[in-house]
Formats: sequence, C-alpha cells, structure tokens
Amino acid sequence: MPKLIKGVGCPYCGSSCDDIEVLVSDDETKVLEVHNACIIGTNLFHHANDPTRPRLPRKRQPDGTMKEIPYEEAIDWMAKTMLAAKKPLIYGFGSTNCEGMSAVARIAEKSGAVLDNCATICHGPSFLAIFDNGYPSCTLGEAKNRADVVVFWGCNPMHAHPRHTSRYSIFPRGYFTQKGAMQRTVLSVDPRETDTAKLADIHLMLDQGHDYELFDAFRTVLRGHDIPDVVAGIKKETIKKSVEIMKNARFCMIFFGMGCTHSDGRNHNVDHAISLTRDLNEYTKCSIMAMRGHYNIAGPGQVWAWQFGFPYCIDLSKGTHAHMNPGETSSVDLAMRDEVDCFVNIGADAGAHFPIQPVQHLKKHPFITIDPNFNMASEISDLHIPVRIAGVDEPGVVYRMDNVPIQFKAVLKGLPGVPSDEELFNKVYERMCELTQTKPIWLAAKEDRRYPESEAVI
Amino acid sequence: MSSGEIIIKGGFIIDPTRKINGDVGDVAIKDGKIVDKVSSSAKVIDAKGKVVMAGGVDIHSHVAGPKVNAGRLMRPEDKLRAGELRSSKAQKNGYRMESGFSIPSVFKTGYDYARMGYTFVMEAAMPPLLAPHVHEEIHDTPIIDEAALPVFGNNWFVMEYLKKGEVENTAAYIAWLLKVTKGYGVKVVNPGGTAAWAWGLNCLNINDQVPYFEITPGEIIKGLMEANEFLGLPHSIHVHQNNLGNPGNYPDTLESLKIAEGVKAKNKFGRETVLHSTHLQFHSYGGEGWKDFCSKSKEVMDYINKQKNLTFDLGCVTLDETTTMTADGPFEHHLHGLNHLKWTNVDVELETAAGIVPYIYDKNVLPNAIQWATGLELALFAKDMDRAFITTDHPNAGPFTRYPRVIKWLMSKKAREATLASMKNTDKVINATYIHGIDRELSLYEIAQMTRSGPAKCLGLSKVYGGLAPGMNGDVSVFDLNYKSMPSDAEKIETALQRAAYFIKDGEVVVKDGEVVSHGHKKTVWVKVKMPENPQVTRDVSQAFHQGTYTVDISNYPVREYLAPHQSIIDVNVEA
Amino acid sequence: MAKIHLNMITQRSIEEGAAMEQGKTNPNYFVACSICEMNPEDMKRGGIMKNTNIRVTSECGSVIVKAIEPTQYCPPGLAHIRQGVWANQVVPPRTQSTGTPQYSGFPVTIEPAPEERLKTALELVQGAVGLWQGGKI
Repeated sequence: MPKLIKGVGCPYCGSSCDDIEVLVSDDETKVLEVHNACIIGTNLFHHANDPTRPRLPRKRQPDGTMKEIPYEEAIDWMAKTMLAAKKPLIYGFGSTNCEGMSAVARIAEKSGAVLDNCATICHGPSFLAIFDNGYPSCTLGEAKNRADVVVFWGCNPMHAHPRHTSRYSIFPRGYFTQKGAMQRTVLSVDPRETDTAKLADIHLMLDQGHDYELFDAFRTVLRGHDIPDVVAGIKKETIKKSVEIMKNARFCMIFFGMGCTHSDGRNHNVDHAISLTRDLNEYTKCSIMAMRGHYNIAGPGQVWAWQFGFPYCIDLSKGTHAHMNPGETSSVDLAMRDEVDCFVNIGADAGAHFPIQPVQHLKKHPFITIDPNFNMASEISDLHIPVRIAGVDEPGVVYRMDNVPIQFKAVLKGLPGVPSDEELFNKVYERMCELTQTKPIWLAAKEDRRYPESEAVI
Repeated sequence: MSSGEIIIKGGFIIDPTRKINGDVGDVAIKDGKIVDKVSSSAKVIDAKGKVVMAGGVDIHSHVAGPKVNAGRLMRPEDKLRAGELRSSKAQKNGYRMESGFSIPSVFKTGYDYARMGYTFVMEAAMPPLLAPHVHEEIHDTPIIDEAALPVFGNNWFVMEYLKKGEVENTAAYIAWLLKVTKGYGVKVVNPGGTAAWAWGLNCLNINDQVPYFEITPGEIIKGLMEANEFLGLPHSIHVHQNNLGNPGNYPDTLESLKIAEGVKAKNKFGRETVLHSTHLQFHSYGGEGWKDFCSKSKEVMDYINKQKNLTFDLGCVTLDETTTMTADGPFEHHLHGLNHLKWTNVDVELETAAGIVPYIYDKNVLPNAIQWATGLELALFAKDMDRAFITTDHPNAGPFTRYPRVIKWLMSKKAREATLASMKNTDKVINATYIHGIDRELSLYEIAQMTRSGPAKCLGLSKVYGGLAPGMNGDVSVFDLNYKSMPSDAEKIETALQRAAYFIKDGEVVVKDGEVVSHGHKKTVWVKVKMPENPQVTRDVSQAFHQGTYTVDISNYPVREYLAPHQSIIDVNVEA
Repeated sequence: MAKIHLNMITQRSIEEGAAMEQGKTNPNYFVACSICEMNPEDMKRGGIMKNTNIRVTSECGSVIVKAIEPTQYCPPGLAHIRQGVWANQVVPPRTQSTGTPQYSGFPVTIEPAPEERLKTALELVQGAVGLWQGGKI
C-alpha cells in the first residue's frame, strides 16, 4: 500500500513549505505523488526517483573520464587532499541539513580550511549590512497575521519563492488579516515588470542599479524633506504616495532580494533598507526580511555562528581562531586571487552558479563535489561523492528564511549504501584524525545521536 | 559518567546544604555521585589548602538560542575582543576553537563555565517555536548541564485562557508546551508588553491592557503563578517584570512582586518560593529621568527581605562592553533609541519577541555607575542569602565570565571602593546610591549559598545540584583559595575563582589547573508533566496550526528526541 | 548593423528552477536558461530577429544565447539572462569587496549571431576548464 506522508518539508527555496504531502511506494523507495508543492518542489521530489542517481563516488581518471570507486577510497582521498592543502575552500550548503553543517565544521577546523556558504554570492551583502545596522525582523507568521502593507523590493517571489505569496505575504488569510489580499496593499520595486510586480498595487519600475538613491529618497520624504522630481527613474509623486502608504500601515513588511544584493552598492542598498525600516518604526510597526534563496541557506549562518561566531567566509586556516573578512575570505575573491589550493563544493553547484572565471581558477587545484545528483560542479570535479538528499531521503533540521527551525522528515529510505552528509563528513573527519594521529573531538552528542544510520554505510 | 572512584582530600569544604563552613574534610565520589566513602583504590585529588564547593548553578543566562545567535551573527566585532580570554592552550590540547567575548560561541560557553567550576546553566528564555534551535545549541555546548525556560508571558493561548480565568487550561497548556519543547519551567518576560510590541506598543505597568487580548500583565503573572503551583513544577515562575531599565521603575517592580503575597508553594521538590524575580538590578531604579536617576535597592530589598516566598537574582553590571538581548522587545527598541547602536528585532508568531542591541557600560557614565552599584547593593542588603543569586543576566549586564569579579566586589569593600574611586563622577554616584555606606563583605559561605545551594533549591533541584551531600551529583569545584588565610588583595580571589584548580563533573575530572581536560558528559534537563488529557487545550492548539495562524506544521513543532541526546528528565505527576 | 549596448541582469525564474530540479543536463534546463530576454525595441535597433541566436559579450567573456521577447517585461536598455550556466559565462566576478559578483547590472554588447550554435551546459562548463570531450549533452 502506498504511504501518504504529511507535514513534509520541501527542500527547495527559502519558503521551506512544510505542508507538502508525499505519496511514496510501499517500500519507501519511490515518490509517487507530490501534493501542495510548487512545480519546482514537485520536480525535486520526483527527481529523487531518477534511476541514474549516483550511488558510488566517482574519481576523475587521467584520460578525463570518471570511474566509480568505493566510499572508503573516496573518503581517504578527500581526507588526504584536504590535509595536504594549505588553504582548502569548503563552499555550498544551500541544500544540506544542519547536522551536516555541524559535521563539516570539524573537518574545516582540522584541515585549516575556509568555510563558506552560498550566502557569499547571494545574501552576503545583507549580512554585511546587518553587521553595521542590525536587523529588525519577525517570523513569517507575524507577516501573514498582521501585515497590511507589503513591499517587495528587488525580489520576485512569484518566480523564486513560488508559494511565498500564497502562504505568507499576499494572499493568505491570517489571524488579523482575515480579508487576505483584499486588505493588503502591495508595492513592488523592480526594474522589470515581473509577475510579482503585476500583483502589486504600485509598481515602481526603477532604473536598474539605483536602489540606493530610491531608498534614500524614501527616507528623505519620510523625514519631511523635499526630493528631486525624479529619483532613480521614479516620479516624486509616486515616491511620496508610496511612503504615505507605508507610514500609515498598521504593520508594514518589507521583503528584499537579489535586486539589492547583486547590483551596484550591494550591502549599502540593504543597509539603507534596514535604516528605512527603522525610520518607519517611528510611525508604525515595520519589519524587514531577506528572501533567503534556499530552504536551509539560513542553516550554515546559524550553525557556524553558534560554533565560530560568524555566518560565512570563515577562515580557519590560522588554527587558533576564526577570521571573517568578506572581500578577503569570500569564495569568489579567494578563487580570483588564487589563494586557495583545494575546493570542496557541498550541496550547491559552483560550476553553474559562480561566474565561470573563478571556476577556472579553482580548477587549477583538486576539486571535490559532494552532492546527491550530477550537476555542473560534479562533472568537472576530480572527485564526486554522492550523499542522500536532505529533505527527501534524509531528515534533519532546516532553518527557514525567517530563521525558524523546521524539523524536516525523510520520505524515502536512503539509497542503499549512500551516506548522509553528516555520516560522510564524520567518516572523513575520523580519517583525518587517523592521518594526523590526533583524537577526534566528539562533544557528548555523537555517541548518542539516535539518528538512524543508514544500514549499508561502511 | 565515570564509574571510577575519586576522593578529594583535605580541602576546606563549603557546603551550605549541610551547614559546613570551611571544615577540613574529604569529598568522595563514586559512579558519578557523591558518596560517604570510597575504597583505597580511588583516584586521589589533593585539595589541601584549597576551597571545595559543589559545582556552580547559574539560574539565568542567555547562552543558547535564536536571539543569542542573532547577537553573535550581528556582532563580528565581539570576536575581535576575545583575545585575552581566548585559550590557545585548550586548542593545543585538542579542544574546539573558542570565539567571542560577550556572546561566546557554544564551545567557549561550555569551556568557560567549566573553568569557573559551574555545572548547571539555565538558558533563560526559549521561544517555543524555535525550541529546536535552542536544543541544537545546547547539545553543541560541551560539559555543562543545561535546561531552558520557555516563555509564556506573551503567549496567545495563555492570554486567552487567563482572560477567562481558566487556570486549569493554562496549566494543561504549560504541561503540553514543556513536553514538546523539552522545557524546564515557566518564564515570564515583560508580560503582555511584548505581545503589544507586535503592534509596536508596550505595557509598562501591570494594569496596562494588552491590545486585542484585553488582559493585564498583573493578571498574566497571577494566572501563571497559580497554574505553576497547580502543576507543582520544580521551579517557581521566573519573572522579568514590566518597565525594565527605566528610571523610577521600582514601584512597578514592587507591584509585580506583591502579586505573590500570601501564595504558598506547592510541589514535591523542596521549593519554598513562588516567584523568582530576575535581574532585579534593572528593576530597582528611582528618579524621574536620567538626571535624578538613582538606586532604590534598599527599598526593594526592604520588601523582599520580608517576603519569604520570593527569590531573586542580581543581574549585576560589570562595566564592560557587552550585548543586551531580551524578550523584552520594546525595551530593546527603546535602548537603541538611547545609544543609537545597531538594533536587531525578532517577533515570533503567537509567542514572544526578542531584541538585541550592543551596550557599553562605562564607569564614567553616571547612570551606568549607578547601575553597577545597584546590583551589588541588592546582595549586600539581602538578609537571606539562600534567596539571592549571583548573575549578570549574561550577557545583558555583563558576560558570565565576570562572575568572579562580581564575587570580588561582594566580598571586598576595598575592591568596591577602588572601583568607585576610579569613576569620573564618584561624588554623584555616591549621592545616588547606597554602596559607599555599606561595609558588609560577603563570606565565601554566603557566596556558595548564592551560587550553589540557593539556586538549586529554587529550581527544585536541591537533591541533585548545589551541595555535597551523599546522593547528589558528583559535581565538585576546587579553588586555589586558602580559607584559613584568604588573600588581602581581592584580585587574587577573582583570579582563583576564574580558573578552578579542579572541576569534577559527574565524577569525571573535566578541568585541571584552570584548563579543560575532558568534554565530560553533558545533560539536557527538562520537566515532563503527566496529567490527564485536556481536550479543550488539545483542540485549541491543533486549531492554531490547522488554521495556519502558525506557519509550520504541527507535526514539525515538537522537538525531536535526537536533538537532546542526553536527557535528564524530571517527572511531575498531576493528579486528575 | 551596429552592436547594441545594454545593461544585463541575471535572476531566478520559475522555468529555470523547475528545469534545474530535473537536472542541469536535462533538455528543459537548456531551453529555460540558454535564452536572453530583451525589449523588442532593442532587438530592432540591433537587427536581431526574435528567437534567433545572439552573441552577448561582457568585460570578461561572451556567450551565444537565443534572443526572445521578455516573458516578464524588460524596459528598453535592460536585458535578462536567467541565472545559470549561460548567464555565468558573462557575469563579471568583481565583488566590490563584498564577496558577491556583479550578477545584476553589468554592461554587455549584443550582436546578432544567427549562424552560431548554442552550446550545452556541459560543453560550456567542461569546455571552460579543458574537460569537454565532445558529445551531445
């Protein structure tokens, strides 16, 4: 009898929807149906059935082809390679669980690596802004239950977080927002008329890359001063009208995304957005939230913050302490300056999502990919180690875009013989300890993790 | 847990639970517990000329959870200042990297508490929706036993039930929440005010109405206290009163405390008190503004000394640059308005909020100096040291690594006067506080009451922690202090307490000569209440999830077992 | 016909996400991401017929993609290649010292290239690092 599993978390975007229902085969090895997920989540779950999913590590041969090797050999090679490197770079973690992120931290400390995650090419500028300016925010339920004015600045949830507007931000009927979309005023700031902008009551189609000036104009108007007739391509009247709407909200919620972090100004755009939020708190309740891209990209920020004190770009190569300096210790910059001599790509695809030049720089050195599927990085790697898919055949803790921890379930039995990220990293760590003749440091937790270990893991 | 035998020989034992004040004697440990005696093959620890106490118990500290981590994340500069307190010795010995001064990383937290001989730390505030995060940090914190207090004072269910006077439903909800969050007791932070903050408002007085819920903070405190005693929980309600931090707030404090008058403790854990008032220093101010801001510690203590059913912890300002973080969201917004440093806020649906703002307590800034004095005065005016506990509301008034400094000030008038004399506004400080006129110096015995036996009893854990009687946990701290000839230079007291000569936990030596030598075995302590099912509460909770007021699925809300690997469960049975 | 100069952004789209989760070597990913959306006025200026190939050149490289009319309106002067393998052939890695490359808002030159063929994702990525061994995928 097929089994219906409810309350399943979707491991794609930062909405981290956990109302998915998945129908799996009786033997829990195949996904049959996916209910409630968007098309991306649905595809993700079904892709877990792909019979060509790798089940063994593959190593690049001198003739350029890949050959399957046993896990033990892969673990040994990875441990040796990372230890031999002066400054390995470990990057990724868009798609792993927190248990894996915690396990990799041990490897990073042991091998003196730089530990970085996808935020470095995504919401890293938001972190930089938070370091300077704080972060007045809330959980998504607060936005859903209270917000009557919602601003999407430089983000397009209809495409990047497809169910966000129906679960949290525009359409849902919340506790104090029982009329749903009818009692919400939506503003969209975007240089294109995106599908999100089409839903907005006001679309400010600003000149691309001029968000900073527009934030500044908003703040200036809010403080009662005059502005030029046109700022960033937007007319003064529109700016004033938008500010009035935000100021008179009962609860104003600002969501922002790559429009602010990928364009000129980077962190300064977000800094200004945070200042605007704070200014609005003089008049009404206002909160801001970064639209984190992946379902658990907030995870490494959280896990490494409590373990090392920093959310990303963590240079552990000094050995005595952790050092973070985005621009210096960030993945792309390290790659472009040839400052790393080994690259480990985990739960992400640097091969596809870094600009191609840093990839070329990184390929001068050993390049390892750890990911359940074939992707661009795996196809240029010297070693590709498959692991289970967090959220599909591996449970674990996940941090939603609002930093709410959600305990994701597994819906499938893991592929036989394929470890979880955590199990793999623990094995690599143990091998590193053997090779350096040091004792592994397990806090009390490891011995007692009642966390089902896959039967066939060596 | 070590099944080995240990005998700590010849130290000056200070154990208020057995009224032992410095007698030279031995402490025997077997199978992780204190015993009467051990065999001759026991490992001998020579404690001659040293003070021997039970492991410390910290009743209120923010060490694990979302707002603590938000603080770490937003303050990279806090890592730069850790230089002098960072121990590279530990790393060479194969221990995890340490980071952070006012908000240490979880590894540093565990190591630093252990170095000071502390065995149990209560995470002061756990937002239930984010409980898995709290437990993730707890299990990554080595050595020390920890528990966490879920917050109830702004919880929608609690407010709805108490508005209708439904104490039993409130109790059933508390029982359920403790179970699903693996929580320890009932924390109340700025009752009603933080719920108001979700709309940008606040409740400063216990008679202010919470918007929409139409209940007052006073009713919330009263109702939760009744529910707590109905359940017979090990700990009393743990209250952070309204109007924290504002000049002239001491009448509000007294009004909140008066709610406990006449209420009797009902429980099977030896707890005799019904309300714990936390970081009282922040709530003991006089004056109408910052110009006539002054200490009202005497007035507050006059009341508390008479009320035998109250306990409190100090929340002493340590005069450091630190980070404030509290579920009193509106206060943090207000504080940001005062010092214009970066402000982080997290409102949590249906439950609570948190705010984080860095703060520099400068001894040359008059209000900060007055705050410093106020915290110490509360202890120096206290008559019953079993009801007064040492904390710094870490990290709000200062990092927990400053406890030895606070103890130094409490034990040495000379040390207090030296700090006072070094201030820019000494005369003004003296005029606004009582400290200059207080000669009292606390003894180590009284310190042991305030850091071991007192907090353990208030938490209902007096059979386990806080003392050296046979049967208690084998948690023993040994300090390099000769009780018969204590150093006249109080700095030496601080140094000795900062790094224990030995710290044994569960019968295992985890610190030796001030350095960590083992990760020991930590436990997560929580309270499991068994009571008949309450269909109303079950229905109300389910509805909140199914209607989508909560934005997570109900099956993902309870903390899963594996997130708390070593559980020490306190069972509470409530009859029908 | 003169080359046209546009401002390029690269962002997510649901077509890209849905295809990516079927695998980046899947034909759907090829169809979804090897395209460039630009305003019809700009196409006209550049002598580019819709649904024909173009060469997009930035300060650090160039790529052949198919020009299409925008699925989400682009004003004149703005072009959009969905984030992914083709976009990252031309995204400048300069990070303004923040770690984050210039994914959105970089100048490109666009010219018609109707005879050029689109390369597959693997050919582009493996080709860039000397690992492309030919083939259909």
